[in-house]
Amino acid sequence: MNALNIQKGATSHSAYDLRDPHSQVEESHTLAVLVENEPGVLARVIGLFAGRGYNIDSLTVAEVDHTGHRSRITVVTRGTPAVIEQIKAQLGRIVPVHEVHDLTVEGPSVERELGLFKVSGKGDKRVEALRIAEIFRANVVDSTLESFVFEMTGTPAKLDAFAELMQPLGLIDLARTGVAALARGV
Amino acid sequence: MSRVMTGAKMVVEALRDQGVDTVFGYPGGAVLPIYDELFQQNDITHVLVRHEQGAVHMAEGYARSTGKPGVVLVTSGPGATNAVTGLTDALLDSIPLVVISGQVPTFLIGTDGFQEADTVGITRPCTKHNWLVRDTAQLSQTIHKGFHVATSGRPGPVLIDIPKDVQFAEAEYVGPKQIEPATYQPVRKGDINIITQLVELMEKAERPIIYTGGGVINSGTGASQLLRELVDGTGFPVTSTLMGLGAYPASGRNWLGMLGMHGLYEANLAMHGCDLMINMGARFDDRITGRVADFSPGSIKAHVDIDPSSINKVIHVDLPIVGDVGHVLEDMLKVWKSRGRKVNSAALGKWWEKIEGWRSKNCLAYRGSDTIIKPQHALERLEALTKGRDRYITTEVGQHQMWAAQYLHFDQPNRWMTSGGLGTMGYGLPASIGVQMAHPDALVINVAGDASWLMNMQEMGTAVQFRLPVKQFILNNERLGMVRQWQQLLHGERYSQSWSDSLPDFVKLAEAFGCAGAVVRDPADLDAAIQQMLDYDGPFILDVLVEKHENCFPMIPSGKPHNEMLLGEADTDGAIQSGGAVLV
Ligand SMILES: Cc1ncc(C[n+]2csc(CCOP(=O)(O)OP(=O)(O)O)c2C)c(N)n1
Repeated sequence: MNALNIQKGATSHSAYDLRDPHSQVEESHTLAVLVENEPGVLARVIGLFAGRGYNIDSLTVAEVDHTGHRSRITVVTRGTPAVIEQIKAQLGRIVPVHEVHDLTVEGPSVERELGLFKVSGKGDKRVEALRIAEIFRANVVDSTLESFVFEMTGTPAKLDAFAELMQPLGLIDLARTGVAALARGV
Repeated sequence: MSRVMTGAKMVVEALRDQGVDTVFGYPGGAVLPIYDELFQQNDITHVLVRHEQGAVHMAEGYARSTGKPGVVLVTSGPGATNAVTGLTDALLDSIPLVVISGQVPTFLIGTDGFQEADTVGITRPCTKHNWLVRDTAQLSQTIHKGFHVATSGRPGPVLIDIPKDVQFAEAEYVGPKQIEPATYQPVRKGDINIITQLVELMEKAERPIIYTGGGVINSGTGASQLLRELVDGTGFPVTSTLMGLGAYPASGRNWLGMLGMHGLYEANLAMHGCDLMINMGARFDDRITGRVADFSPGSIKAHVDIDPSSINKVIHVDLPIVGDVGHVLEDMLKVWKSRGRKVNSAALGKWWEKIEGWRSKNCLAYRGSDTIIKPQHALERLEALTKGRDRYITTEVGQHQMWAAQYLHFDQPNRWMTSGGLGTMGYGLPASIGVQMAHPDALVINVAGDASWLMNMQEMGTAVQFRLPVKQFILNNERLGMVRQWQQLLHGERYSQSWSDSLPDFVKLAEAFGCAGAVVRDPADLDAAIQQMLDYDGPFILDVLVEKHENCFPMIPSGKPHNEMLLGEADTDGAIQSGGAVLV
């Protein structure tokens, strides 16, 4: 293909992205999908992933423009480069989808997730949990004599790490929002 | 002038404003207000079908033969679920349809009301887009939007679900010109830089091939004209998928015939051996590619498609061009001409010699017979006896469909209606009715297999009621022929459930429906029987009793590359190994 001297980004469409199309290595990509907030739009997006056998590692959705009725769906998905390109093209085909951005390839971006962690324990374990929470800058949002609920915002990896440390200290319940992401800069 | 009216009246008004002359449908409780409005007007003809699946296939036939969207009206619940097969068929073959379904009133939605089904939920994966309209004030714009979505970009079916209370309520009617510009606006022009690169490659190519698909037909008759100009100007060979037949004339100098699983030897080998492949509006379906890893290994591939998701989905291409085939062809021609109409003539001459060598294999040859009608022979005679007439062909699905694609010739687009992507048995009879509605004076023939034909045979009643002289040409092998062929090749000749037992007497059936029929079994009587069918002024069923065990060749077994075709019975031993057997 390079022999043909096609410039990268000859058009802006994702199907032309020129990473090695034959790579069999799975990559994780964060996609921002801007949609018309009409009934069933989330079902269309999820149905596409289910129907065509694509992965969803995380998915968040909320209306971000109330007057324009636009919602932003953030999907973290996994696949070979060819599959990722196909996912983007298929998303772009859904009529109420206005824009599809691959934050993973479009430049630096920030990703954040919020988690609530319920940890139950007494004595040393309780003290240790509180100490680690401080290191991670988690907030205590509920407390009883036998439990805490910590709230923490961070990258998915940071939440994973926190959950892992809390496991032996009595982590009994966990809720995560899924990833919200934005490109850096303007 | 304020135009306040009921939702039901809006539906009819919007259809009229969209230029609709024919609606295929079936009434029921949830669409009675719309039927009431249809009763009180004369601009739109309603074709009463016998089963909603038939309505959708009729609309497909209408759309495919006119280039206009087909329109269907069905009731809630079973009416809508019966439409699902047709919607899926239209989605896979990119046929523009607007299907309107009734729904239980909004206040009953979610209560499992009588004849309630989650129609938008059920049809979400089998429509290009669908809407549940909860407010009469939104109804007329939604219908106009529906027509826009169905017909722009890659065409496809849309469904608009209208609860009964929304049909009764009143609101202001909005005409097609008053609605806000649609946000859905697919690209039409291809990237001129890539088009120029393609032309540069065309100038140098030693073994080029143009491979066309249904996209050329969908792009309109102008695209077919431009294709002819490009092919005849460059002298490049051209082949086509099942869906693209007629875009380039079968009588044209550069025509190689259909490619793919049952395509012609010369077409498939030319695809395999080319150095430049130009895909115009086709989608590298598995029926075309065979084993992907071995698909045309030595070629540079260009792909023109209006749907970006078709590009690099199956086959990785070097020159992706997103755009409408007609627009891209126009630009290709412009660039090619402005650069001096160059081609590599010397190499092209050698390429054609090679192709002629493959052609001399005469891959469509079959063993004739004086005692039994060979299906291929029946089609050759049909071709000969209808030559020169403006002829529309529909088909069912199976061996007869592939033989029709091989032995009938199409010189014009929009003359060939077949279920390609979904392979829906039961498509052909209703599709022929839809075509005949659109072209009342044309010759419309459904080439059918006995088993497929039975799947929607109730629509014969529709043909008779509307005096539509559709010809049903049934190649009756008393078998589910294509299934039998696969069982012979793949499952040790264990013919599990692949024969048609207790077939009806088709002549009596024709009489029972109030039309005419005939049966023919002797090759000597074949021409007269076909002529009788053609001459009859009305719908006609011709039961052609053909050889029961004929196999359809050439054949590229599933999972094999193009250069491993089977040309006849002698090649079939152990042809399909277990690896290919899991494929369909
Ligand atoms: C609705 C549907 N069911 C099943 C099939 C699978 N199928 C493909 S071809 C075929 C046999 C068709 O038999 P017939 O219509 O007699 O045509 P022939 O192959 O004999 O020409 C079957 C069962 C299908 N394509 N569509």
